[in-house]
Amino acid sequence: MTKVLVIAEVEAGKVKKTTLSAITLARQAGSSFSILAIGGAGTGAAAAELTGYGAEAVLVTEDASLENYVAEQYAPTVIAAAQGFDLVVATASSFGKDLIPRVAAALDASYAGDVAGAAREGDKLVFKRPIFAGNAFGYVTLGTPVQTATARQSEFEPAEPSGGSSPVSAFAKVAPGAAASRVEFVSLDAVKSERPELTDASVIVSGGRALKEKFFEVLEPLADTLGAAIGASRAACDAGYAPGDFQVGQTGKIVAPKLYFAIGISGAIQHIAGMKSSKTIVAINKDPDAPIFQLADYGLVADLFTAVPELVSALKAHRG
Amino acid sequence: MKILVAIKRVADPDNANKVKPTADKVDTTGLEWKPNPFDEYALETALRLTENGKNNKVRQGEVVVVTIGNKDTETQLRSALATGADRAIRVEAEDTDLDGRLVAAALKSVVDAEKPDLVLLGKQVVDGDSNSVGQMLAQLLDYPMATFAATIQEEADGRLLVGREVDGGVLSLRLTTPAIITVDLRVVAPTSVYSKHTDAGFKYSDGVRFAALPAIMKAKKKPLDVKALADLAPGKTNGSSYFRFEAPPARAAGVKVPDVATLVNKLATEAKAL
Repeated sequence: MTKVLVIAEVEAGKVKKTTLSAITLARQAGSSFSILAIGGAGTGAAAAELTGYGAEAVLVTEDASLENYVAEQYAPTVIAAAQGFDLVVATASSFGKDLIPRVAAALDASYAGDVAGAAREGDKLVFKRPIFAGNAFGYVTLGTPVQTATARQSEFEPAEPSGGSSPVSAFAKVAPGAAASRVEFVSLDAVKSERPELTDASVIVSGGRALKEKFFEVLEPLADTLGAAIGASRAACDAGYAPGDFQVGQTGKIVAPKLYFAIGISGAIQHIAGMKSSKTIVAINKDPDAPIFQLADYGLVADLFTAVPELVSALKAHRG
Repeated sequence: MKILVAIKRVADPDNANKVKPTADKVDTTGLEWKPNPFDEYALETALRLTENGKNNKVRQGEVVVVTIGNKDTETQLRSALATGADRAIRVEAEDTDLDGRLVAAALKSVVDAEKPDLVLLGKQVVDGDSNSVGQMLAQLLDYPMATFAATIQEEADGRLLVGREVDGGVLSLRLTTPAIITVDLRVVAPTSVYSKHTDAGFKYSDGVRFAALPAIMKAKKKPLDVKALADLAPGKTNGSSYFRFEAPPARAAGVKVPDVATLVNKLATEAKAL
């Protein structure tokens, strides 16, 4: 019997889709699960959409002080809600990766971060984790009475509703401790985009340092044509050609779209770790020896500044 | 400001594709030991926060580095001392006997003894890729934390304005010390970190600084204390048991296409990706 508590990710009164990957993990790992939706105004209304996934209960903590995510404000309530559960999970977004280990410490629980799988082996719950930049998988069991984990979003399909209607109840906010009085939320500078989110896109167009200042000029028409999200290599982000949160890689976003374009990306280990689970990979690079070609299903050795516009025209022609 | 920096050595991350997962371990034979890159960034951040960028030979505060590992890991500590840290602490343990929970418990005892204003850590170590110790340590200490920090500015009153790289943008927090910060890649960019001693217009060189030869000689004389894990984390053991490893499935080699037309054709008909 493993009772799981899923921490939903709520932002601006909406449940983020990341939550559905954590529900999938809970279904695989647990005998039953409940969901805690915690956030500011509108969280209760948003939580209504979580009642159709087979949870034993949906707990709602809605409080004006939780409008913006700050770990020290959220953690005490999550820790209290976790009482009686064997496993606490969230998705390994920047929210889950920040919050869950903090909660784990309060529960004296070990933590399996960014897991790619969860399964029962005999009476043990086994987590499969990518380690060494995805160059190995380790299988781990946690020996603490309470366990915690985060799900790598690209490895857990978003849960489908299973019918039924989970009961919803309020869970009172727990007053935060001393830590909360010494941290102040200042701002969230969100990049507004009409494009799909990187971790959620079925097509991604990523660019490397070779694009220089023409990063967006070259990639946007291609992304528009394909309805794709735009990603970047670490080198492109470090050089300032793309914002930091565009980074795909071991230490950036881990993605696994149906179709991934690596444009002017050489294929450093750290980048490959973030995209090698993509279904089909296309690489365009003028260096025929670039390591990315060893991974790409289709490689085109060409100058990207001519090849990409040509590709945009050809795709438009193909679509008629 | 007194800063504690936690560092760990890892098998050369630039050659991580050469590790060999076997049934019972990940074999890193042949790979050089290197400091975890994010921990190098944490050390660079600590140095920037304890100096005037224009005169970086003078420490305005103290930087203490700590690692948990066997005797060989003193190499990485000496290297940190040569780069500018003042003192080092090694907690004796074998890496295979540790997990994030145990490391955080041991570090808590180090913090209790050292009482730093700030603890800096890399956001994750690139072998275990766990990304948990900073968060756990913050909870154990009841300290505020800012994970995935890309920018840190020390304000006139000593508070720290931290820009965190989160999904979809930058989230800024203002921390009152003592606090925990875990650093991300871009914290070592030229204008990412400012102590209150450094002029706003000052630009660092990109990346981390390197030790000069005389500093390497001097570092051999800097204090390095050794402590026992059992004294720092009494009664705690490793709660994570790795019992099997495997290599990820290999990707079949692809093909090179001669031109854009062939590429679109193959994507449409062969991969059915369009």
